[in-house]
Amino acid sequence: MTAQTVSRSPGRRSGGREGRAAWILAIPFCLLFLAFTAWPVVQSMFMSFTDTKARDLRSPFSVNIIGLDNYTKALSDPVFRKAAANTAYFVLVGVPLTLVLALAAAIALDKGITRFRSVFRLGFYTPVITSIVAVAVVWRFLLQDPGGLINTVLGWVGIDGPNWLGDPNWSMPALIMMASWRNFGTAMIIFLAGLQAVPAELHEAAAIDGAGAWRRFRHVTMPLLRPTLLFVMVTTSIGYLQVFEEPFVMTKGGPLDSTITVSYNTFQQFGFGNYGLASAMSYLIFVVIAIVTALQFRLLRERT
Amino acid sequence: MSVDTAPRPVAQPSRGATPSGRAPRSGMVGSNNGGHWWLYLVLVVALVAVIAPFVWMVLGSFKSEGELRQVPPTWWPQTASLDNYTQLFSRLNFGQFFFNSTAVAVVVTVGNLVFCSMLGYALAMLDFKGKKAIFVAVMGTLMIPGVVTFVPLFVLVANAGLVDTLPGLFLPFLVSPFGVFLMRQFILGLPKDLLDAGRVDGAGELTIFARIIMPLCGPALATLGILTFLGSWNNFLWPLVVAQSEDKYTLPVALALYATGQNSTNYGLLLAGSTVVILPILVIFLIFQRRFIEGIATTGLK
Repeated sequence: MTAQTVSRSPGRRSGGREGRAAWILAIPFCLLFLAFTAWPVVQSMFMSFTDTKARDLRSPFSVNIIGLDNYTKALSDPVFRKAAANTAYFVLVGVPLTLVLALAAAIALDKGITRFRSVFRLGFYTPVITSIVAVAVVWRFLLQDPGGLINTVLGWVGIDGPNWLGDPNWSMPALIMMASWRNFGTAMIIFLAGLQAVPAELHEAAAIDGAGAWRRFRHVTMPLLRPTLLFVMVTTSIGYLQVFEEPFVMTKGGPLDSTITVSYNTFQQFGFGNYGLASAMSYLIFVVIAIVTALQFRLLRERT
Repeated sequence: MSVDTAPRPVAQPSRGATPSGRAPRSGMVGSNNGGHWWLYLVLVVALVAVIAPFVWMVLGSFKSEGELRQVPPTWWPQTASLDNYTQLFSRLNFGQFFFNSTAVAVVVTVGNLVFCSMLGYALAMLDFKGKKAIFVAVMGTLMIPGVVTFVPLFVLVANAGLVDTLPGLFLPFLVSPFGVFLMRQFILGLPKDLLDAGRVDGAGELTIFARIIMPLCGPALATLGILTFLGSWNNFLWPLVVAQSEDKYTLPVALALYATGQNSTNYGLLLAGSTVVILPILVIFLIFQRRFIEGIATTGLK
């Protein structure tokens, strides 16, 4: 490939040299990228239309092309449907909760206080950097019933806390609580950067015009924060739609499949050796992510 | 992803780093000395709630098994001891797991720093055939969820005979589209005159990259390095599937298998193990927190 660039544009000073150097710099990345990202993306698509199983690993040509069978199979599977419903629950409750926590923290740190700002920022961000496995170990203690820290604290104010991870009605709320705790720090940092870009003069002008704190937030901050809000909402949604680690380390999808998610179900099928089916499921997740992202763009763009 | 976030706030110095350097904002009327006291109260309560699990984890790792099982739970250890930690490294092979985690994270980080800055530089400063195609292909994969590539990636690694080897753990992560994006954006901000100056002085193209451009990329390299190291250290699913014998486990894998295995009833060991997994990252975070924060804020500019 470098040969092509040598003969190109003779009038250009050191054009060939530049092109050659560029390719030398690009090649290592491109090779690794082709092998470990581009190729798997293509192969996954192909696999989703075949009946590939774990035992076909050694003989890739023995697989049959079965069209959309994997997709229809996934969509008609009651466990997959349950997983889809659970994932929707997780996203619809988890994303707003995470965003509200993050925005509240960001606004408080940006406008409300002037001292110890970095201490709070650091503290709120700490859960983000910790390993999910370690987090799971600790949270299983916290959520224990009886004797867990959370139910003990609830007991102080006279609330009889549920058996969080053992009760199908409370297992998902427990995971949402944990995921929000773990993720709001990232959103908070991005909101802070966005709030920083809102000129203080606008607030002053609005205040002089007699606008209260809420109206200034609603009519000055929010419109300017919209691109940031869109970004945070999209990335949080993309992450939450793929929720896997929380159920994997906390509940294994139980009790009674109450916390099984689409990614977790995909991983189960991978574990059973149903590679074709697992690939189809992963592409279903991708399609939903693409749709949700496009919807959010339209929703938040149009109102600008 | 092509979210064209309009303002580019990160170019400004991080605000937390220079809290006194800025004029205090008068946005909130009547909050000119330090803010509302009740807001501090709310924030302190929130901070305690967010941090409490970690404090409890660290304190718990010094407690005896009997104390950990008490109802109601204790906060401060009645008798603190290092028993759990000595057991972790003598009876369990945590030294080896720690080494594996570190080795994989270091190799992945170095790979990303080298390869992503190379391509990032080429995309930002040089003119060559195929540039646009590479850029579109790499950025296009930013949106594809990891779950899509998981199965074929495993098939690939299995066919290459790399299952249960350390290369199997780090090879797939040596480059990342995000890294290229980050480096390209940063290098775009450097003056292009640097190239011409280097050429006039007779420096080769690769020398210009290595000797002139790279030394100026410190902040971007630091951000990328920290984020990559963190991601690799906490990576869980891939090593769980690829590392199959105990001497290849990384820390999260070891902890997860230990937590769900035969010995899962030994709470003290689990809490000590969790502390060992979290502590190195926490230390790195405390040292480099400004870069961390800037890096996260930068991702908002995609």
